[in-house]
Amino acid sequence: MLHTGKKRVRRVALIGLAGALVLSISACAESEREGDGAGGGQAGGTLVFGAAGKPKNFDPIFNDDGESFRIHRQIFDTLITYKPGTAELAPGLATEWTPSNGGKTWTFKLRDGVKFHDGTDFNAEAVCFNFDRWVNMKGAAAQSQMIYYGDVFEGFRKNEGDATGDPLYKSCEAKDNTTAVVNFNKVKGAFPDAFGLTSLSISSPTALKKHNADEVKQTGGAFAYSDYANKFPTGTGPFKFESYKPANNTVTLVRNDDYWGDKAKLDKLVFKIVEDENARKQELQSGQIHAYDFPNAADYDSLEENGNKIMPRSVFNILYLGINQKNNPKLRDIRVRQAIQHAINKDQLAKNKLPRGASGRDQFLPEDVDGYTKDVKKFPYNPQKARQLLQAAGATNLTLKFYVPSEVTRPYMPNPQEIGGAIADDLKKVGIKVQTVPRSWNGGFKDDVQKLGKQDIHLLGWTGDYGDAGNFIGTFFGRQKAEFGFNEPEIFSALSKADATVDDAQQKAAYEDASKKIAEYIPAVPLTSSPPAIAASSKVKGLVPSPLTDERFVTVSLDES
Amino acid sequence: MLRFVARRLLQAIPTLIILSILIFAWLRSLPGGPAQALLGDKWTPEKEAQLNATLGFDQPIWLQYLKFLGRAITGDFGNSSVSGLPVLQEIGQGFAATIELSFFAIVIAIVLGIPLGYLAARFHGRLLDNLTVIGTLVGVAVPVFFLGALLKFVFADELGILPPSGRQDVTINATTVTGFATVDGLLTREFDATWDALLHLILPSIALASIPMAVIVRITRASVLDVLDEDFVRTAESKGLTTQVIRRRHVLRNALLPVSTTIGLQTGLLLAGAVLTEKVFNWGGLGSLLAEGIERKDYPRLQALILLAASVYVLVNLLVDVSYAIIDPRVRVS
Repeated sequence: MLHTGKKRVRRVALIGLAGALVLSISACAESEREGDGAGGGQAGGTLVFGAAGKPKNFDPIFNDDGESFRIHRQIFDTLITYKPGTAELAPGLATEWTPSNGGKTWTFKLRDGVKFHDGTDFNAEAVCFNFDRWVNMKGAAAQSQMIYYGDVFEGFRKNEGDATGDPLYKSCEAKDNTTAVVNFNKVKGAFPDAFGLTSLSISSPTALKKHNADEVKQTGGAFAYSDYANKFPTGTGPFKFESYKPANNTVTLVRNDDYWGDKAKLDKLVFKIVEDENARKQELQSGQIHAYDFPNAADYDSLEENGNKIMPRSVFNILYLGINQKNNPKLRDIRVRQAIQHAINKDQLAKNKLPRGASGRDQFLPEDVDGYTKDVKKFPYNPQKARQLLQAAGATNLTLKFYVPSEVTRPYMPNPQEIGGAIADDLKKVGIKVQTVPRSWNGGFKDDVQKLGKQDIHLLGWTGDYGDAGNFIGTFFGRQKAEFGFNEPEIFSALSKADATVDDAQQKAAYEDASKKIAEYIPAVPLTSSPPAIAASSKVKGLVPSPLTDERFVTVSLDES
Repeated sequence: MLRFVARRLLQAIPTLIILSILIFAWLRSLPGGPAQALLGDKWTPEKEAQLNATLGFDQPIWLQYLKFLGRAITGDFGNSSVSGLPVLQEIGQGFAATIELSFFAIVIAIVLGIPLGYLAARFHGRLLDNLTVIGTLVGVAVPVFFLGALLKFVFADELGILPPSGRQDVTINATTVTGFATVDGLLTREFDATWDALLHLILPSIALASIPMAVIVRITRASVLDVLDEDFVRTAESKGLTTQVIRRRHVLRNALLPVSTTIGLQTGLLLAGAVLTEKVFNWGGLGSLLAEGIERKDYPRLQALILLAASVYVLVNLLVDVSYAIIDPRVRVS
C-alpha cells in the first residue's frame, strides 16, 4: 500500500512538473503576428511562388544558380538590367553606360535619390565599393564561391582561390554622386551584357560592413557564410528580405515602400520550395501556391483545363549531342560526324520528347543573340545520306558509347533518358551500333564526360546567362576540352577574336563567322531548344516570363475577384 | 538499473565509431562529390580540383577522418556543403518536423494497432480476424510513397478536403517557437495555426503509420493468441477471476511484451519511412535533408544524419529494454 502511495506521489509530482514547464514556455512564447507590416489581409496580398529548389544564400556574388537568383532579383538591382521578357539591355541602377578608352573604361550615369533597404544612399561610391569588394575578396573559400565573378573578371588582386589570372578590373572612380567610372585592364566582349548578371548586384556598403559579408569560412568540407548572406541581404530592389525558414521551406520578402521605381503591388512575396515537380502541380491546383516554375510538359493540357495559365519563356537554351573525337578515331572523319547530323530527326525529337514550343536546331545560338546566322551549313534529316556517308568513310561497322545523364532535369532536357533513347534509335536506323551508358548527373556523369572523356558521344546542354554569343559557343568550343577532344585552332581563334571585339557590329560579324565555322566542322550536334514555362493560376496578373528566367515580381498582382 | 543503462550506453560508443568510419569511407567512394554539386552548371575539371583542395578533400582519407573525429568530439559536425549552415543547426530545424510527423504516425499506429490486433485475436478465425490479416498484409506490402501519393490524389486532388503537402499554409504566418508547428500554435495561442498544422499532418502521418501499424497489429494478434493458451490464463479462469480482470491483468499485460519491442524497433525504422513520406509530402524534415544531401553529395550533413539515426536507434533499443524491465519484473532481477 505504501509502495503504491509513493508511486502516486511521484506521478502527481511529474504531472505537476510537466504542467509547470508548459506554462513557463507558454509565458515566454508570444505571437509575433502583430506589427509585421504586411499581413495577408491587406490590399496587395501575398503571392506564393513554388520554387524548384532551395536558395544557397542571399549574397548574390556567392551564388550561381537560378533558384537563388530568382530571389536575389527581387531584393537587389544591377547597374544594367533587361527589358522584361527579352535579353535586351535596359537601364537598371545606371541610366546610361558608355565605353571609352577602346572598351577598357565604362562610365555609368546613375539614378539619383535611390536608397538601400537600410536607409543609406545609393551613389557612385557605393558602386565603387562593390567593385572593390569583389576584386579584393580574401581567402580561398570566398573566392572559390564567386563563380560568375571568376567567369567575367578572371582574377583577384590577390588570388587565393581557384583563379590564377590577373584581375580584369583595375579601378573605379566616383566622379560625382551619380557618375561612376570603371576601368579595366583589357577589353572583354561580355560587356556591357555581363553587367546585368545577378551575381553583380549592388549591395549596401554599410550593411556589408556591419554584417561582415566577406567572411566566408571553409569548415569541415563546406563553406560557412556570414550573417549578411544568411539573414541581412540589403539591396535597392522592390522587395525587402524578411526571413528564410528552411524547416518550412519558405523565403519571405515584403514590399519596399521606398523603392525608386514603380512600387510593388504585392504586400508580400513568399517563395515556397517544393522540389518535386508533381507536388508543385498539386499545390497549384489546391490553391496553396499561385504559380510555379518548370511544369512538366505532359501536364500543360490538364493545367490549362483547370483554369491555369502556361507561360512559356522565349528560347534561350540548347541541347546538344557531344562528340568526343579523341576517344574514337572514327569520329575524326568529318563524314562520320556529318552522317550523325543527317541521322537524327531533330524535329521529331522536339515534337515527341520536349515541351510545347521546342524546335530542332542547326546551330548553338538562339535567334535573339548576336552571332546567330541563317547562313550556316545545314544537315536535314536524311537517313539514306547518313548511310552513304558512313559507307564512304568506311565506318559501316561503327559502335558508339553514348553517355546519357540520369537523375537530372534541366530546362533543355526534361527527361534525358527518353531523349537519349530516341537518339539511339535514330542512330541505329542508319547502322550505327549504340551502347547507351546512363550515369548519374552528380554521381559520375560530369566526371566521365567532361573530365575523363570516356564517351564517344553524349547528351548535354546549356542555358544562357546573358545575351552574349561567347556565353554559349565560347564556353563550349573556345578551347581544347576533354568533353569534345578536338583541337581546331581556327575555331579557337575565331572565338577569341570575337570575344575581344568591342564594336557591336564588328562583334556580331565575328561571331557569325565563328558560328559558320562551327556548323561546318561539327564539334557537336546541336539538337533542340525548348522553352521552359511557368505555370500560374489565372489570378496572377502582370508576370512576364523572361528568356533568362529573370522574372521580376514588382509588376505582379493578385486578382482575387 | 542505472548500471545497466550506463553499460548499454558505453557499448554504444564503439558501435558509433565503427559506423562513422564506414560512412566516411563509403561516402568518399561514391562517384562525383560535393565540389561537383557545388559548381553545378559552371563545373570544369580544373575548378573541381581546386575546390577540392580548398575544401580539403584532396588530403588522405585517414587524415580527413581524424580531423572530422576531432571536431565531432567537440560537437562540431561541420557545415552543410549545400546550405553553408552548421549541420547541427540544420538538423535541429529538421528534427522537430520529423519528430512531429513520426510522433503522430506512431501514435496512430499504436492507438489503432493494439486494439485491432487484440480484437483480431479475440475473434480468432472469424470475419474481423480475416479482414485484419488481409488488411495488415496490404499495409506492409504497399510502399509508403505509393500510399502517400494515393492519399494525396484522393483527399487533396480529387476531394480537395486536405492540403496536398507542406507543414503549414505559408500565408497563415505562424510564429515559430519550438519548431513543432502544432505545439507552437498552442503556446502562442495561434489556434488556427495549430489546426492548420494538424490538417497538414493527417495524410503524411497516415502514410507513415501504415507499415508500423500493420506490424503492431500482427504482433499483438499473435502474442495475444499465444498468451490465451498459457497455463496461467487457465489458472486465473479456474480461480474465478472476471474475464475483464483476466484480459487486462494477465492476457494483455503479458502479450504486450513483444509488442513493446516491436514498437521500439518500428520507431527506429520510422526514419527510413520518413525519408519517402517527406519527399512525397514536401515535409521539411530530416528525410528531406537526407534526400537532398545524397543528391548533392553533402558529406558533412550525411555523416551527421546517419550517425544521428544510428544513435536514435541505439537509444530506442535501450528504452525498449528499460520498458521490458518495467512491464516484466523478472527482467529486472536477471
